[in-house]
Amino acid sequence: MKALKFISLLILTLVLAQVSAAQITEKPGFGKFAITGGDIYTVTNGVIEDGTVLIEGKTITYVGEKTNIKSDYTQINASGKRVYPGFIDAGTGLGLQEIGAVAVTNDQNEVGTFNPYVMAFTAINPHSAAIPVTRTSGVTTVISAPGSGIISGKATLINLYGNSPDSMAVLQKAGLVHNWPSAGRRGWWDDRSDEEIEKQYKEQINELKEYWKKAIAYHNMMASFDENAAGKEQPDTDPQLEAMREVIDGDIPVIVKVDAGKDILKVIDWIKEMREKTDARFILAGLEEGWLVADAIADADLPSLVGPVLATPSKDYMNYQAAYQNAGKIQAAGTPVALMTQEIENVRNLPFNAGFAATYGMGTEDALKAITIVPARIFGVEDQLGSIEEGKVANLFIADGDPFEPMNHVEQVFIEGFKIPMTNRHRQLYEQFLDRDATVSE
Amino acid sequence: MGFAQPKGSVLIKDGTVLTITNGTIENGDVLIEDGIITQIGEDISAPDGVDVVDASGKYVMPGIIDPHSHIAGVDINEATNPVTAEVKMGNSINPNDIAIYRALAGGVSAIHLLHGSANVIGGESETLKLRYGQDQGQLKFKDAPRTIKFALGENPTRVHGQGSGIQPRTRMGVEQVIRRTFDAALDYRRNREAYLEAKESYNGQGAPPKPVAKNLRMETIADIIEGNVLVHCHSYRADEILMLMRVFNDYGVKNYTFTHGNEAFKVAPELKENGAYASVFSDWWAYKFEVYYSTAFNASILNANGVVTSINSDSDELIRHLNHEAAKTIRYGNTSKNDALKMITLNPAIQLGIDDKVGSLEEGKQGDISIWSEHPLSIYTINQMTFVDGIKYFDRKEDADDMRIDIDPKEEWEEPTILHTGGHECMHDTFYLFSETASQ
Repeated sequence: MKALKFISLLILTLVLAQVSAAQITEKPGFGKFAITGGDIYTVTNGVIEDGTVLIEGKTITYVGEKTNIKSDYTQINASGKRVYPGFIDAGTGLGLQEIGAVAVTNDQNEVGTFNPYVMAFTAINPHSAAIPVTRTSGVTTVISAPGSGIISGKATLINLYGNSPDSMAVLQKAGLVHNWPSAGRRGWWDDRSDEEIEKQYKEQINELKEYWKKAIAYHNMMASFDENAAGKEQPDTDPQLEAMREVIDGDIPVIVKVDAGKDILKVIDWIKEMREKTDARFILAGLEEGWLVADAIADADLPSLVGPVLATPSKDYMNYQAAYQNAGKIQAAGTPVALMTQEIENVRNLPFNAGFAATYGMGTEDALKAITIVPARIFGVEDQLGSIEEGKVANLFIADGDPFEPMNHVEQVFIEGFKIPMTNRHRQLYEQFLDRDATVSE
Repeated sequence: MGFAQPKGSVLIKDGTVLTITNGTIENGDVLIEDGIITQIGEDISAPDGVDVVDASGKYVMPGIIDPHSHIAGVDINEATNPVTAEVKMGNSINPNDIAIYRALAGGVSAIHLLHGSANVIGGESETLKLRYGQDQGQLKFKDAPRTIKFALGENPTRVHGQGSGIQPRTRMGVEQVIRRTFDAALDYRRNREAYLEAKESYNGQGAPPKPVAKNLRMETIADIIEGNVLVHCHSYRADEILMLMRVFNDYGVKNYTFTHGNEAFKVAPELKENGAYASVFSDWWAYKFEVYYSTAFNASILNANGVVTSINSDSDELIRHLNHEAAKTIRYGNTSKNDALKMITLNPAIQLGIDDKVGSLEEGKQGDISIWSEHPLSIYTINQMTFVDGIKYFDRKEDADDMRIDIDPKEEWEEPTILHTGGHECMHDTFYLFSETASQ
């Protein structure tokens, strides 16, 4: 009898354990979904009021007015709500770092000045606690980038659901991260003299120009051998320079990170030179003082990744709104602008960065494009991402209002057709501790 | 520095007045005379000579109060000893810091200028009003209670234990640093007072009383125990929060605030029971190990459990939009709009002991006000004007494109570009002490 009691208790315990485990490890849904009744912010085709979106597998199969829905679709009533394409952050370190001050959890910064063969894709941790925290905010896709040296390595474009970098990657290699050496101070603590700064800056510029010269020469040598090996000795492979070849050929764009106004002008000159010598494609990123030289950026035909918007002006005397207005001013001059947070654990603030850009000059519609279709176009994935259109990947979400408003809520996210459980560490702790001492009634 | 602090008069008319304590008045007027709110209501007419500000279509709310800031600070961290209660941020004010103006532009009228977090017991902090353009003395919040910074956890153990090989190296040591310092201060005050009494009554007969020298560090600690200095304690983990409440209960210390308190939500009932306050970030986490198990729902959980909770910045960037930080408590936990606004007005005022003076729009309180284009919790709102004591210190219409007072167009001088500011200011001065590489 006693044993029986024990066994039933054991079973009960096991069942309870499974129930609570199920709450934490809820699996995403996948199959056929019909989102009905919501206002659909397609981005590319305006707003469809009281519209319907059908999802089959990983694909959006219908976007439009009310339609007949077959019985095998799971219906999601979104009436009174809004539906948006998943937001894209054009510059983060998500998945590459778990805890800022704990160096062993940081995989963003490899040793060395030139690391074109380093790939962020390799080190993405699909189970970083920050990923569910981010995707439940409506940010479904990010550029995750390495950060050190002059050439940091290659950034990856990932969707924020999956169990491996392979299953998350939209582009394993989305761009070569190229930090332009700064002629400015690195922070209030940078106590180098003006002469030292100037000297170090010149040295670094020479170094990077030499590197590119070498990379171009290597590429030409290899290309010439590939074309016709006859009578030539096979050159040895240099894995770093080898990784520059797809960049020089223009298959992978160069993301040049630069902030100070006068540095941006130098970068533009250098890019003009590189465009003559190579087929490389260039994107600018950061651009804290881009508003000072917005026309030059536009004239050089350089798509730009701008942010964070929520930042202080780069010089004390500048107007307090300089950073808020920056993206809007660069865009107004004629440059396609995508926004980025350069965040890791708080990429979820991308919609609020967009909200500030919208408020301070960019306008809501363009700010929305700057975190959807514009980054999709800049990285050449506009056939898959960036808007709610038939045939595109089902990255979208339902919100109870304007998602730029911190007072509103994101209620349901889809990534590659997966209906994502709307939980994360922050919500779990909320549920656990809101009413901590409440006892469950028998 | 006992100069009269400037005060002004103004009538703000026809706005949506968010009083915080007495609901919302549509088409409401607020009259400030000589720095004090004298009337709130409808159809108030301006006394002779009082300027009128048309706030129709706009929102009028109390000036925002940041209970954790380091703007306007010159030096922040006297990181030379685990206890430095004798130093004062009141002696370390830079009234020309551009961050003051930028905070005013974000609707902030008062801040708590805190000592840094390197020491278990840091220096005395200073409550300021953002009277930009005035001198150090004029910036001080008159009659605000004395406050002091405490710090638990990784920062003091890294700086002192790991950095210099002295206690505390652990959270165990942090507790004992506080207890032994409190014990010493109790002994000091008893001995010092006995000496002063004996000296007073000494009539020249026999041996004079043995002197007990004045010790400023011990004076401040004794004042804390006697309830004359409010503690704002940098803290993250639930265990260290419980520890400090235990210690404070043993010494009878009341009326204190846990600042940051990323795990305060885990001990919300205990905080409530002890009458402790919490001042938290809206969403910062994962920048160090002790904030890894954080939640952006922290403020909402604390608020729902009846803990007086504020949102702070600790950043010269976040201070520019604390209204937006407060709005996140609605996204994360459905806090009511009025409670969200309380977290950046009345609640920080309570935590600083200045809620009889500021933090809500009430007759008799000081005329610190911000005026917004939309509801202040909306992302689309822009602050139009900020008043301190009835004087306008920020007006977006008069805001300059270039903040330099004298520019010589022929001069080829360029201010250095300082990129990516807006980090965690607690680490100011000693950031190298907080990094892993420095400590190895």
